[in-house]
Amino acid sequence: MSSNVVLQVENLHTSFFTRAGEVKAVDGVSFYVREGETFGIVGESGCGKSVTGLSILRLLPEPSGQIVAGKIILEGKNLLELSKKHMRAYRGKMISMILQDPMTSLNPVFTIGDQVGESVRMHQDLPENMVEAEVIDALRLLRIPAPEMRINEYPFQLSGGMKQRVVGAIAMSCRPRLLIADEPTTALDATIQAQYIALFEDIQEKTNVAIIFITHDFGVVARICDRVGVMYAGKIVETALTRDIFKNPKHPYTIALIKSVPQLDRKDDQLFSIEGQPPSMLNLPPGCRFCPRCTVALDICKEQEPPEVKISENRSVSCWRVK
Amino acid sequence: MFSTISTTKTKTKKQYRGVTRTARIIQGFAFWVPLIVMVVMIIMALFANWIAPHDPNQGKILDRLLPPSFMEGGKSDYLLGTDLIGRDVLSRIIYGARISLSVSLLIILVTGGIGTILGILAGYAGGRTDAIIMRIVDVALSFPGLLLAMLLAVAIGPGFKTVVLALSILGWAGYARMIRGEAMRIAQSDFVAQARVNGASGWRIMIRHIFPNIINSLIVLMTLQVGMIILAEAALSYLGFGISVPTASWGSMVADGRANLDNAWWIAAFPGACIGLVVLSGNFLGDWIRDKLDPRLRQL
Repeated sequence: MSSNVVLQVENLHTSFFTRAGEVKAVDGVSFYVREGETFGIVGESGCGKSVTGLSILRLLPEPSGQIVAGKIILEGKNLLELSKKHMRAYRGKMISMILQDPMTSLNPVFTIGDQVGESVRMHQDLPENMVEAEVIDALRLLRIPAPEMRINEYPFQLSGGMKQRVVGAIAMSCRPRLLIADEPTTALDATIQAQYIALFEDIQEKTNVAIIFITHDFGVVARICDRVGVMYAGKIVETALTRDIFKNPKHPYTIALIKSVPQLDRKDDQLFSIEGQPPSMLNLPPGCRFCPRCTVALDICKEQEPPEVKISENRSVSCWRVK
Repeated sequence: MFSTISTTKTKTKKQYRGVTRTARIIQGFAFWVPLIVMVVMIIMALFANWIAPHDPNQGKILDRLLPPSFMEGGKSDYLLGTDLIGRDVLSRIIYGARISLSVSLLIILVTGGIGTILGILAGYAGGRTDAIIMRIVDVALSFPGLLLAMLLAVAIGPGFKTVVLALSILGWAGYARMIRGEAMRIAQSDFVAQARVNGASGWRIMIRHIFPNIINSLIVLMTLQVGMIILAEAALSYLGFGISVPTASWGSMVADGRANLDNAWWIAAFPGACIGLVVLSGNFLGDWIRDKLDPRLRQL
């Protein structure tokens, strides 16, 4: 099973060293992604999902952000042991990332062809006359109509959805092994969002790329992810196949999250919400991090952090109630 | 009936052009006139020895303080009159273009270049690099330029080199400060983050992503500097630390003519007009270049 694992993150700890103290943004996260698989990371704002993505690329804001411990293994190579120059060669070529806002992710003064081409030129030693073919190929992969014409256009001439596709084309231009998508659909409207997600599935089918999909939207998760990790306060509290997480969530936080997704067939007057606030990352509770908001907390939850329990092949939960 | 239809048609056609005919002609003037002025000035500077009717530094004392030829008492030989010691004002303006234009061009390139490089570096790298560069900028901006020019003049003697050195040595600081601000703003933008994610190095980001987004402000600043530098050169020359005495520069000519403004206004007025023309043309051309560089304003 693990033979075609593209990325394995083991016990990743990422901290920000601020004046107020150490902020453990990511505190012992482990997961893996297989070839052609989409792994979703879900959680509310500030739970560390974006930091996890940036840690994989080693692009934390320096000098405050640092990877304190752990391993990030991409196809047998620990990325944390690479030199800076080596790591740069990995970015864009082996691992790509799509950032949140398509409106501003493109340089306004260069044409689309220039910008997709830049990535191609940077990572592939191609003669100049082949770069354009490669660029058109990448645009076509993202189903951008009339790519031969688009390459001469500037970002301001494209719609938001089209810009996001160009950003995707840049990310896919070197056929990376791993694609990290950090809430790529948040800034798009619902129709475009659906199209874009269908596009991801299509790209994955064609290129067999492994995708880490960072989102806070369970609707998106249901559509695209094969497996999901639910993150809370810097930890993954539950990992499961997407279908299992909806049918049978185990961790109280996951249960609460799924309950708070609005559903058309449920006639509730008021939408369910989780009481309280996530804990301050500077001052974490000693026991389970969800304990102060948990409705089914036990005495032990206040004192000791629950261990991660593997309950089946694809499933693990960190909760004292789950044995 | 038919005539009504045809007039409506022409009206619609006109409306769809977007800009009216007059507006387009004016826009055209705003580009062609300054361009022609600049080209004429540059040709004057390049071919001064063929164009100038007289020796700029050799005056005929008998012909001193002659008014321009179109005025009463003017000689047709001296189109723009003569100065205190009988030198032809026109010839001095033509030769002066050489000094004034080359001084400002050189200084703008040197200060703009150094200021841009350091500004981008400070704005992008931040932290200690930024702090060090910006403290140097603070010192440079607070240092009196005239004093430095005097020191330089004492050390290496007055002249062309002294002017360039004196105005460049501090002049880059203004560019650096403005470019740093721009670079900081652009370094925060998503496309820089995206470039980093795609594996671009720091140098690549500075050259490919930050610099092209700064060019607009840089050009505007540079064109505004043309006037400042010509004036600064004039001040230095006036005090005797700039271009040495017989050589003409527009600035020194204005300074020379200042004493005789009441009885021989042409000595100062014509070189002054040249300064004004070049500065204005520079600004107009700067605007035009900025519009052309901005893809949003470029005609499709």
